[in-house]
Amino acid sequence: METLNQLIHYVAQNGDYIWEQFYRHFLMTFYGVLFASIISIPLGILIAKYGKLSSWVLAIGSITQTIPALGAMAVIMILLGLGTNTAIVTLIIYSILPITQNTYVGMKDVDKTVVEAGYASGMTRFQLLRMVELPLAISVIMAGIRTAFVIGIGIAAIGAFVGAGGLGAIILTGTNATDGTAIILAGAIPTALMAIIVDLFLGWVERKLQPIKSSKSKAA
Amino acid sequence: MLEFKNVTKRYDGKTAVKNLNLNIKKGEFVCFIGPSGCGKTTTMKMVNRLIGISGGDILVEGKNIKEQDAVELRRSIGYVIQQIGLMPHMTIKENIVLVGTLLKWSKEKKDQRARELLKLVDLPEEYLNKYPHELSGGQQQRIGVLRALAANPPLILMDEPFGALDPITRDSLQDEFKKLQKELGKTIVFVTHDMDEALKLGDRIVIMKDGEVVQADTPDEILRNPANEFVEEFLGKDRLIQGRPDVTTVEQIMENKPITVPVGTTLRDAISIMRDKHVDSLLVVDSANVLKGFIDIESINLNHKKAKVVDEIMEEGIYTVSHHSLLRDTIHKILRRGAKYAPVVDDNQRLVGIVTRATLANLVYDTIWGDGTELEELTQAAE
Repeated sequence: METLNQLIHYVAQNGDYIWEQFYRHFLMTFYGVLFASIISIPLGILIAKYGKLSSWVLAIGSITQTIPALGAMAVIMILLGLGTNTAIVTLIIYSILPITQNTYVGMKDVDKTVVEAGYASGMTRFQLLRMVELPLAISVIMAGIRTAFVIGIGIAAIGAFVGAGGLGAIILTGTNATDGTAIILAGAIPTALMAIIVDLFLGWVERKLQPIKSSKSKAA
Repeated sequence: MLEFKNVTKRYDGKTAVKNLNLNIKKGEFVCFIGPSGCGKTTTMKMVNRLIGISGGDILVEGKNIKEQDAVELRRSIGYVIQQIGLMPHMTIKENIVLVGTLLKWSKEKKDQRARELLKLVDLPEEYLNKYPHELSGGQQQRIGVLRALAANPPLILMDEPFGALDPITRDSLQDEFKKLQKELGKTIVFVTHDMDEALKLGDRIVIMKDGEVVQADTPDEILRNPANEFVEEFLGKDRLIQGRPDVTTVEQIMENKPITVPVGTTLRDAISIMRDKHVDSLLVVDSANVLKGFIDIESINLNHKKAKVVDEIMEEGIYTVSHHSLLRDTIHKILRRGAKYAPVVDDNQRLVGIVTRATLANLVYDTIWGDGTELEELTQAAE
């Protein structure tokens, strides 16, 4: 009860600050995933088309995923120094694998006969990609982005250690303070909430992008 | 319309198609058939450059396909595949006019064309806004065919288009498509491994083996004169037998020793012959075996008091068939006249054999259950 009261008190006192860090945290993750998508989606398409590259790229992706985020961030900090950029670069690195992997799988899953039919109908390679392959793969790619985003929210919390700010900074303050449980919660609960909300929202987007629709749902 | 000149396709060392030469006329329905790996699909796919040519030329309406832009070429040739390959994320309308979209038709033109085409296959207009997965397999392939027709290409390539459908749907789609093809006057290159389908649809059948054309002829000609053993085997015994009524002559199936009596035989002798041979009528011949007429048990019954020899009571002007007339025509005549049998005569009216209804019944059995040789072999083996 004591903790809850302290939490309410802290939130009431620092509402603006928490909100500011919440927004910052979200933006950091968002940029990380955005840049990762810009790299990963074309990469995924490329390795889906040229099969030989795929095992290499996916293996390298898996290896990066096994490095502890804190360690990776420390190494990147040596190169980029303290600040938000370091956190964002780490986020990009950790987002590349899920997005590349899902793009690869999504593209591979496109029915070969549909591709053949499109090609034989006189589509150029680009038209095939734009009109057939991407629309059919987009929901799987979206699932990768969703995974990357949720993981990213967790990693962004560590960003506080390299001075990137965000909700992690509040948690860090809590751990440093005596009796800081309430402050830790004030940082941790919004982080968890953000992850849940983002997951739900992107899940909804993913369903909306399902390529195979039914005429009834469209009419409704 | 479509010309293959010494067309060759090699895949690293292996030759898939060897020196293929073929000329397909406008409006012709040509079926390519052969065992898997014979090069039939490769041949077809070279036409719209889905597969490159290693040697030789293919001319579509006099123009060498190598000199045309591959994308433009494909847009000008219809293409239907076995797996249908409709775009699952597009409505039926978008699927039908896919090539129109690529050719940048106006929305009005696309709408109109889609409705026009849908009428050809008797599907209601509501279908335009449905998605492929909401249609049955047969309906989907109808849309697949319409997609190929959308830009009104003179030439359509079809790769076993009805192969994945159930037999009943397949049958009705074949009929429907053949009718449509005749109406629209399209040239069709149709790849299949189903001989029945080829015989049913093709104006010409191209039988391929190991990348070479073994025989390219009309279905009738192939059934009548298979080029070699491979073709015969590929057609199968059953089909050759089924094709037989069309090409078999009476001579091949007639019974050689009809029961006859010479002119001048007494009625008493005639009756005893009938009794011995278990027949109720006899053919009367002269010494040169020329057919004179016939007698039957009834006429003997009626006249045995007045007459002594068969000449007096025999009926003349009996219906005969020539020994080299086609069985097809003969069956029809016998059945129409309600005759029990027809004597077979040569060019000099000499009796050479007889076709009875029992002979025809045997032929029908053979057609349905094979020619009986398998059964004989089996019984022989059993003994």
